[in-house]
Amino acid sequence: MRDQRAEDALALAERAIGHAERAGATEAEALVMAGEAALTRFANSQIHQNVAETDASVNLRFIVGKRVAVASSGRTDDEGLRRLAENAAAIAGVVEELPDWAGLPGATTAQDVAAAYSRATAEATPEWRADGVRAVIGAADAAGVTAYGSYATDIETFAIANSNGARQAGTRTNAQLLTVSMGPNGGSGYAEAAAVDATTIDAAAIGREAADKARATQHAVHVDAGDYPVVLEEYAVVDILDMLGYLGFSALAVQEERSFVELGKRIGSDLVTIVDDGRDPAGLPLWFDFEGVAKQRVPLVDAGICRGVVYDSQTAARDGVASTGHGLPAPNPYGPFPLNMIMSPGDTPREDLIAGLDRGLLVTRFHYTNPVHPKLAIVTGMTRDGTFLVEDGRIVGPVRNLRFTQSYIAALGAVSAVASERRTLKGFLGGVVVPAVRIDGWTFTGTTEH
Amino acid sequence: MRDLTDRALDTAAALGAGYADIRIVRRLEESVGIKTGRVEGVASGESEGFGVRVLVDGAWGFAASHVLTTAEADRIAGEAVRIARASATALREPALLSERPPARGTYETPVMEDPFAVPLETKIADLLAADQAASSVEGVTFTESMYAAQREWKTFADTDGSYTEQTITHVGASVEANAIDGDEHQRRSYPDAGGGWNAGGYEYIRSLDLAGHAGPLAEESVALLSAPQCPSGRFTIILDPSQLYLQVHESCGHPSELDRVFGTEASYAGTSFLTPDKLADGFRYGSDLITIVADATAPGGMGTFGWDDEGVAAQAVPIVQDGIFVGYLSSRETAPRIGRLSGGAMRADGWNRIPLIRMTNVNLLPRPGMSLEEIVADTDDGLYLSSNRSWSIDDRRLNFQFATEVAYEIKGGKKGRLFKNPTYTGITYEFWRSCDAVGDERSYVMLGTPNCGKGEPGQTGHVGHAVPGARFRDVQVGVGRW
Repeated sequence: MRDQRAEDALALAERAIGHAERAGATEAEALVMAGEAALTRFANSQIHQNVAETDASVNLRFIVGKRVAVASSGRTDDEGLRRLAENAAAIAGVVEELPDWAGLPGATTAQDVAAAYSRATAEATPEWRADGVRAVIGAADAAGVTAYGSYATDIETFAIANSNGARQAGTRTNAQLLTVSMGPNGGSGYAEAAAVDATTIDAAAIGREAADKARATQHAVHVDAGDYPVVLEEYAVVDILDMLGYLGFSALAVQEERSFVELGKRIGSDLVTIVDDGRDPAGLPLWFDFEGVAKQRVPLVDAGICRGVVYDSQTAARDGVASTGHGLPAPNPYGPFPLNMIMSPGDTPREDLIAGLDRGLLVTRFHYTNPVHPKLAIVTGMTRDGTFLVEDGRIVGPVRNLRFTQSYIAALGAVSAVASERRTLKGFLGGVVVPAVRIDGWTFTGTTEH
Repeated sequence: MRDLTDRALDTAAALGAGYADIRIVRRLEESVGIKTGRVEGVASGESEGFGVRVLVDGAWGFAASHVLTTAEADRIAGEAVRIARASATALREPALLSERPPARGTYETPVMEDPFAVPLETKIADLLAADQAASSVEGVTFTESMYAAQREWKTFADTDGSYTEQTITHVGASVEANAIDGDEHQRRSYPDAGGGWNAGGYEYIRSLDLAGHAGPLAEESVALLSAPQCPSGRFTIILDPSQLYLQVHESCGHPSELDRVFGTEASYAGTSFLTPDKLADGFRYGSDLITIVADATAPGGMGTFGWDDEGVAAQAVPIVQDGIFVGYLSSRETAPRIGRLSGGAMRADGWNRIPLIRMTNVNLLPRPGMSLEEIVADTDDGLYLSSNRSWSIDDRRLNFQFATEVAYEIKGGKKGRLFKNPTYTGITYEFWRSCDAVGDERSYVMLGTPNCGKGEPGQTGHVGHAVPGARFRDVQVGVGRW
């Protein structure tokens, strides 16, 4: 939403550009990030941490010819901006030229996404968050388990101005409630919701989902590691999308030959379609990137076929294409990133996914995943907070957590069913919209004691 | 600063806070990033603000702002008290803080060569020399080199009468070479994939001799492309310090954080298998050779300071003594629950975050006797694993799996051919109990990580680990198939 916060931030960005130009920049870009963030955290069924912050900063990209410098500061007064420009100029005076520097992007038009902002979230108070937390704790108390988690409400304002005429500004909100319930006899469950509008999050329902699972996972038993078909709940699927975005769906990863992506190559089953869409109201929208370029909807995987990667201005220039609006704040060695990945739903009712398992595992979520072989997207991690053995399409009972070492690309290829319902969740850097899925093969390589 | 600290504390107390503290933090950062000879990312950053933490009738509140005025101090102190009263609506056990004398004084990281005074041209040239030494090796696909420095000026005051001022300086640098052929991507880095990091000045960067190491590691990255896959099975392994420090971090440092033990990180990073009954029972964490200390006074460590962010003086806290679990990383709130005083491990990531129990310098102490080379010579058949590539551990810190950049075969006491894609896995206490050799002072080196994640909202911690090399028997090596 283009509110007064956004207008103020844009004015600040323009002042920063003016200081940069007076300090000798031939091109300049100012990114203002401002906001109010609050988070109420609970453990052992009580609030134990409860925080709020007000912050604003200016990130200045200062270019002289093909010499590029970056400086940032939390000072937003004119003296602070003048010093910021001088610091950046000093850096630009000594760095080497980037021979293929393509210049800052020009102006693009990004239509405001009104659905990105909720007044209720913006006005959420500590008392309001505490109400939600008490609802979660109440659900845990009723189930005889203990609640842990957090409830966050954020207002984020971004504004970008550059000397080539790019101007973008907007304010968005988001809220996230997550909880782990832990019960007697080793039971543990998880539930989460993220939304632009915090009032759409049913805290009691989130509490009940986690509490019920904590009850259901008591007295988990050991199963041997090995290959199993799996049903992954949305909380696990979001990790797959995040990791693939990090490892491969970036133009820089392709240009550096470290990506698994080859356009036109099949990397998933026909049931797998993934796009990045910063405008989709089902996610947590952000309609321009941190270089001020309007975000494009980018098909990444279409019916299993690799169709695209995301670009920022510099990677786009190298490939002779237009930026898709996926630049991150400078300096950025990681390259562009798909912040708003959305996986298409399938036609299998969520509760029917396990019906397709003769003998397999139902996994609630993953924990501490990390690439073992990045180019093959082989990842290791643990299951957590609800893993169940399924036989003949029915849950037999809870099992102890397992370690997996699995190619996420191979997993996409083995997707045999996709749920018709989806959840909006917070991913590594942005909002992700995902269904639960059934995958015909998943390699578990170890076990643990709980 | 006194005006601001007094104003915030007085306001908080007047509004009902039984305890309040304030930290004013100014952070200066600079970084240089080079990719294959291109000086792509040269940046400087400055951040300043303050955070007020209050305890009202046993309930916590915290608020922070980047606006450094007395009027904002009033507003933020009031907001923190309001938040604490909201916390009180879902409170079952009021927080109690262990006693400690008011903290007063100053501390400054010893720095021989101020990294912010070294000309930027020098820092770029030093890094370029290393990057070019790596990128000039035939077969290298791309290289990445990094230098970074951070300095924090931190003022702490509380309603107990504490007032401290600290200046902490950290520096880090690395060079890495990447060789890619088809689906095979091999990386070698020095001194570690995340960089060598220390508390100190540019003298540490010079001591690394990045350029001197860059060529050989680049050649090794290319050689790994055609090296055989690391075998699978039960092996004797020797961990180089460049891997062992992360093993300590994940499987000893994190599980000994007392807040995790009491569940306050359960919703994010998880809990710990090191429950208080194990402290009382003298749990055998490792073999007799394993002694681990959390030492906030260790020279060069990124967990070294004068006082933690609760005003508790820096100290060395034994965690494992001769294999027996003996202590935790703790805070003023958690330590009384095990009948102890705070070990001084509360650290916050900047002005806008609350302090959490964080590692200081969790160090595996060397054992007199054998150098790392002598341990290799003492090994008939095994693998020498170096430089972390991947890490993962379960939510109670038991089942871990690591990958390293390289494995060297050991036969007859000598390091031989390379293996690519090595991994190893185990259960924490079984692994540490299998240790039968720890290197002496000659391989003991201070390393650390600047990106230890914890907390909600997320915090990034700078922590140190001094370790030698060590040998472990009967470890599962080679996980997964590709």
